[in-house]
Amino acid sequence: MSEPPGAAVSLAEAPTSTDTPSRQLSAQRVQPLRRPGRWIVTAVVLVLVAQILHGLVTNPFYQWDRFRYWFLRPTVLDGLLVTLEVAAFSAVLGLLGGILLALGRLSGSPVLRAVSWTYTWLFRSIPLIVVLIFLYNFSALYKTLSLGVPFGPAFVSFDESKLATDMTIAVIGLSLNEAAYAAEVVRGGVLSVDQGQHEAAAALGLPRGYQFRRIVFPQALRSITPNYVNQLIGLIKSTSLVFYVSLLDLFGSVQSMGNTYPGDIVPLLMVATVWYLILTSAVSVVQFYVERYYARGATRSLPPTPLQQARAALAELRARLRREAAV
Amino acid sequence: MTTAQILEKTAPAALEVHDVHKWYGTHRVLDGIDLTVRPGEVTVILGPSGSGKSTLLRVVNHLEKPEIGHVSVGGELIGVKRHGGRLRELSERAILAQRSRIGFVFQNFNLFPHLTVLDNVAAAPVATGRLSRPAARELARELLERVGLGDRTGAYPRQLSGGQQQRVAIARALALRPGIILFDEPTSALDPELVGEVLAVIKDLATSGTTLVIVTHEIGFAREVADRVVFIDAGRIVEQGPPAQVLDKPRHERTRDFLSKVL
Repeated sequence: MSEPPGAAVSLAEAPTSTDTPSRQLSAQRVQPLRRPGRWIVTAVVLVLVAQILHGLVTNPFYQWDRFRYWFLRPTVLDGLLVTLEVAAFSAVLGLLGGILLALGRLSGSPVLRAVSWTYTWLFRSIPLIVVLIFLYNFSALYKTLSLGVPFGPAFVSFDESKLATDMTIAVIGLSLNEAAYAAEVVRGGVLSVDQGQHEAAAALGLPRGYQFRRIVFPQALRSITPNYVNQLIGLIKSTSLVFYVSLLDLFGSVQSMGNTYPGDIVPLLMVATVWYLILTSAVSVVQFYVERYYARGATRSLPPTPLQQARAALAELRARLRREAAV
Repeated sequence: MTTAQILEKTAPAALEVHDVHKWYGTHRVLDGIDLTVRPGEVTVILGPSGSGKSTLLRVVNHLEKPEIGHVSVGGELIGVKRHGGRLRELSERAILAQRSRIGFVFQNFNLFPHLTVLDNVAAAPVATGRLSRPAARELARELLERVGLGDRTGAYPRQLSGGQQQRVAIARALALRPGIILFDEPTSALDPELVGEVLAVIKDLATSGTTLVIVTHEIGFAREVADRVVFIDAGRIVEQGPPAQVLDKPRHERTRDFLSKVL
């Protein structure tokens, strides 16, 4: 561990000879507590990490040459694209649905409250895979979907089998599921906003929609963001279930390649793993900046971005080198 | 007759509270309040905590609905309308429009933390469709200048002291050019040294002829700015009158008792 730079500077600036003992004491730097236990544990953990890394690199079982071969294959990239599309559409639709459901839960109408509660209860109870396979067979249950007067004449009708491609089934299934969870995330966020904010907005006579869109929701987003990103990461991984409605996503294409080339199953799984890691990391980076944006005003000063931190560290290092060169 | 006296005879009362009762379950918070405030008058409401002072203010801008009785501001009934011989509840939109003509300053400021000071003040005139964005920002700058914060327009509320936040809240209320401003213990959440700067802004409003209703515990301030002091206890008005009378020669035992404790 490196020394905090401030401490070294203050020691250099402190008077070297003083007359009173208390002054001498204050000029002294406090000896940090020695922690031998921590050093031993750190060493053990480092050895374990090194072993795992060594095993990953040298174990022929992983076949890293095959990994390189598969990583950017068009089949894998096509699957990745499907995963991204399904995840993106479901994330947006799920969030929109979640906002509507949360508004329903928070509304004054008992019917709206009951309907959104029931929806959330239902879709949180049914496993996603069941929803997907159910939707896959949906066109057999209802031949046409129509818009019109309930129980009366229809204005527009759709032929279900043409409308329901594998992609739409996957997106609808995931969105229905996602909306149920997003509803609770959004509701929690709205409840976390101070009651005084609702009152101030009402006292100013701000229109109802404006109160929600510009006053309450932006503040709720601060606590919605981390929870919803959690959801989103779960969603990206649950897209692997769309394989069961015959859509070839990242996992699906890896799986089908594995059936064709059984010897490559392990490197193929590693390809999928690394791509999922990349997706999750990308989402986490976005999360950092979104959270930082919505922290405006909530904290007195914003935390520095990693880029700013790196720049500051570099400047610090340069200054230190210059100091040492001067000595 | 002076213009003021003519106005007093002809213009409707700035605020009229008529036989207002409010209760939560069996707990009576307001128990038959009658109060008339003339235009330009500064009314200070005093009373022990839990006496219903804040609830009375919240009934005036319809944040709370009275169980019995009604309130009118500038001659217009609040939250209800006459329909035939009955009172009907107004639509939410109409109530919001009425509230935008009544300023309200909270004990805890309740500024919008995610908006800059300037946007806190400029938001309401834009959202209610009264001013364009540039005009609202211009007005906000003027008002912030008036409360002594012309140099902090870009700051976020949490970067300001309590006294500064409350002055922003006052500017925010003024941005809607309300006919009356209600203050709910505006200095109770402030450090003692910051109370003065907020009271100075309120005093400036009082002398400029704005109708103010102020719930406060600052007796000295009441004596200085109030045209009338109203003492409330247990949801009823115990006595009211000019500060010299109510504060210095209270007629009721309850008032004397309260004043001896806070002075």
